[in-house]
Amino acid sequence: MMGLSHDTIVGIAKSFGLFYLIALSIGICVYAFWPRNRGQFDRAKHSILDDENGPIGGEESR
Amino acid sequence: MIRWLQKLYYPIQAGHYRLERHSMGLALGIIFAASIGGFVEIAPLFTIDETVESAPDMRVYTPLEQAGRDIYVREGCYLCHSQMIRTLADEVDRYGPYSLAVESQYDHPMLWGSKRTGPDLARLGGKYSDDWHVAHLIDPRAVVPKSVMPHYAFLADTPLETASLPARLAALRAVGVPYSDEMIENAARDALGQVRPDSDRGDEVLERYGDDTQIRNFDGDTQRLTEMDALVAYLQILGKLTDVAQVTESAAIEADMEAVQ
Amino acid sequence: MAAKLTFAERQVALLILVVIALVGLAMAALGAGDAMGVHGFIVLIASLGLIFVLGASLDAPAPTEDRSREYYDDPIKVGIVLAMVWAVIGMGVGDWVAWMLAYPDLRFDAAWSSFGRMRPVHTTGIIFGFGGNALIATSMHVMQRTSRARLAGQIAPWFVLLGYNLFVVLAVTGYVMGVTQSKEYAEAEWYADIWLVIVWVAYFALYIRTLARRNEPHIYVANWYYLAFILVVAVLHIVNNLAVPASFTAAKSYSLFSGVQDAMTQWWYGHNAVAFFLTAGFLGMLYYYLPKRAQRPIYSYRLSILSFWGIVFFYIWVGSHHLHYTALPHWVQTLGMTFSVMLLVPSWASAGNALMTLNGAWHKVRDDATLRFMFVAAVFYGLSTFEGSFMAIRPVNSLSHYTDWTVGHVHAGAMGWVALITFGAIYAATPIIWRRETMYSWKLVEWHFWLALAGTVIYIFAMWNSGIVQGLMWRTYNEAGTLQYSFMDTVEAMHPYYIARAIGGLLFLIGAIIGFYNIWMTARDVRGEVHTLDHPTGSEAGEPAVPVAE
Repeated sequence: MMGLSHDTIVGIAKSFGLFYLIALSIGICVYAFWPRNRGQFDRAKHSILDDENGPIGGEESR
Repeated sequence: MIRWLQKLYYPIQAGHYRLERHSMGLALGIIFAASIGGFVEIAPLFTIDETVESAPDMRVYTPLEQAGRDIYVREGCYLCHSQMIRTLADEVDRYGPYSLAVESQYDHPMLWGSKRTGPDLARLGGKYSDDWHVAHLIDPRAVVPKSVMPHYAFLADTPLETASLPARLAALRAVGVPYSDEMIENAARDALGQVRPDSDRGDEVLERYGDDTQIRNFDGDTQRLTEMDALVAYLQILGKLTDVAQVTESAAIEADMEAVQ
Repeated sequence: MAAKLTFAERQVALLILVVIALVGLAMAALGAGDAMGVHGFIVLIASLGLIFVLGASLDAPAPTEDRSREYYDDPIKVGIVLAMVWAVIGMGVGDWVAWMLAYPDLRFDAAWSSFGRMRPVHTTGIIFGFGGNALIATSMHVMQRTSRARLAGQIAPWFVLLGYNLFVVLAVTGYVMGVTQSKEYAEAEWYADIWLVIVWVAYFALYIRTLARRNEPHIYVANWYYLAFILVVAVLHIVNNLAVPASFTAAKSYSLFSGVQDAMTQWWYGHNAVAFFLTAGFLGMLYYYLPKRAQRPIYSYRLSILSFWGIVFFYIWVGSHHLHYTALPHWVQTLGMTFSVMLLVPSWASAGNALMTLNGAWHKVRDDATLRFMFVAAVFYGLSTFEGSFMAIRPVNSLSHYTDWTVGHVHAGAMGWVALITFGAIYAATPIIWRRETMYSWKLVEWHFWLALAGTVIYIFAMWNSGIVQGLMWRTYNEAGTLQYSFMDTVEAMHPYYIARAIGGLLFLIGAIIGFYNIWMTARDVRGEVHTLDHPTGSEAGEPAVPVAE
């Protein structure tokens, strides 16, 4: 970092963030809407509604 | 002993401590996503030249002023008083030239504050007399009837602890304040010297911290060095470590005048 | 406490406690004459007390059942009670200092009782004492249930919970003695900070190891929020608290940063404490307890994922909006402002997701005060995130900054969102954790709800008024072109609002005390087998809206 000038660092700071933001947004949308993930999301959101029966299978049984 | 160490080891062996791919991936993703913003905003500030103006006349706090600053922190004064005049017309009219970054470059930590239950103090130094400050700190409502400030009468009765000052100055040097070996060595002596005008000790303070240093008895009690001395010495130096803000403002006004003409 | 530990585990716990006691002894001896010495005694007494408790039952019979077949809820019980203890302390001190601003002599004639020393006791007591214990307790509940697995470890949950409370005690007792770093919401001194890092590493390890045991392929989204809370708070805490102690036998230290760099670092920390302590963690609560109490799955799971990453990514940039018009470089201010406005999108996505989940269950919101707590919390979350984005816009901030408007905004978030979602979550969790059919009294939950709501509304309206009035008075010029009002004129104008605010706070405090009583009585189960529902119901069978434990 010492080799970089203030202008360079500010320049990177000001421009890089935008590309990073776009890449991150695309990545997350792909993950959220990936068809194969739909099943596990549905399962997850319903699974919490009834979870008081205790841990599934003891450790010793695994 | 060995038997229960073995028992401790058993779960590790059985693989219960294994780190699983999904949760660690999630953790790394969170760290990565969250660290960029902080880095982008904070890192450039440390390439300091363009962030902080240069002020060749800037001096460091004397040991007494630093002790006063530590009391200011200890009592939580910064919770109701800011030390940051914003670049707004009414603030400049009320408090003086707006604050520059360089003015707090030796402030570890900064005390810019976030709330003004009381007024801004960035340019308090020299606005009131020492007597006013002492009377106000002992009983704020005797001086300002509608004030909601707590009283700090006990400061006048508490002798200032100076033995730890060399260590405190040394710690400040470790984080970047340019105290010399001599300043650190004599910190406790200089704290007392600053309230002893026309003495050898007082002259030493002038030698070490500059001729403009305020050498006088701050709390009116010539017998003892109290916490009141330290706090008032600090309040009287606020905004006066450098006059670059005044210079910058008059330069800006001149530039404006020229532009108008 | 010790009954569920094996003999070996009791010995390990004892060993840890002895080490901590020795550290306390060293601090007490080396720090004699300084606040550090007092803290040493606190550490020593706390660890000796636990050694005594544990030692008394060292030879008790070891558990014979297969522990992994049941959830480990004992630490959660203690965590809930501690959260309520801190709620009463934090809110009590908060209301006291609020009265002090209206009547400054309403205090003891002693240095420790000044506003400047008590205010951090309020903020730390609420954020870290109440909020932190609630987050730790509910996270242990959520991580076990969503993973369908028992907590990983028998000692670790206790170490995390009790160690964390030791940190809060060291912090709060320090402020009373004048020990503070002066960094808002990070006032605790260096040795307490180091201790928190140790506790936090144990907390993260506990969370990750419990998730690793899970019997579900997917990690439920509530855990994501809790994880973000744990991880980012660790980073923030370590960076912002970097300091050099003046002496290793005294409390005083000096921040590694100064001036403008320190200001940016502090508010990067300060606003992300809001983001990751007071938002992410509590969104984790919302995403678990609200659907569960309403018995309806979250409206859109995808939306919860999108808003999660939005919040994690956007929030971290916004700290600089605390420094508009200051000596901070202009482009950094602009960056903070821009991201603050963009942050509204994921924030409202979360609030909307919660409200849409309740769509179709409005009769439950009407009848069940516990669910209503969570519903109103989501509404306040939406309101205060909108207000926050608005106040981050530079010209708006020129009016609001340094005034009570900021204080009102913080409390719209802290009372309306954080505290209400926490009370909702605690009322939902308490009967489950203690294996009761319902809370001790649903009427008291109703009382608590309405007191809390009234207190919040009074508080924030008072602060909106005082903040905007004072901000406008500061900038008013007369015809001669000079400032119209002296600073003292504006202080005088605040008086009626300060009284109103203190009354609002008092209502909120009374609600919390009622809540604590209700939780305590539920835990004691004074009614034995006779239960009434914790909400009125029209159903003829008299079935509770929530399935009871086991």
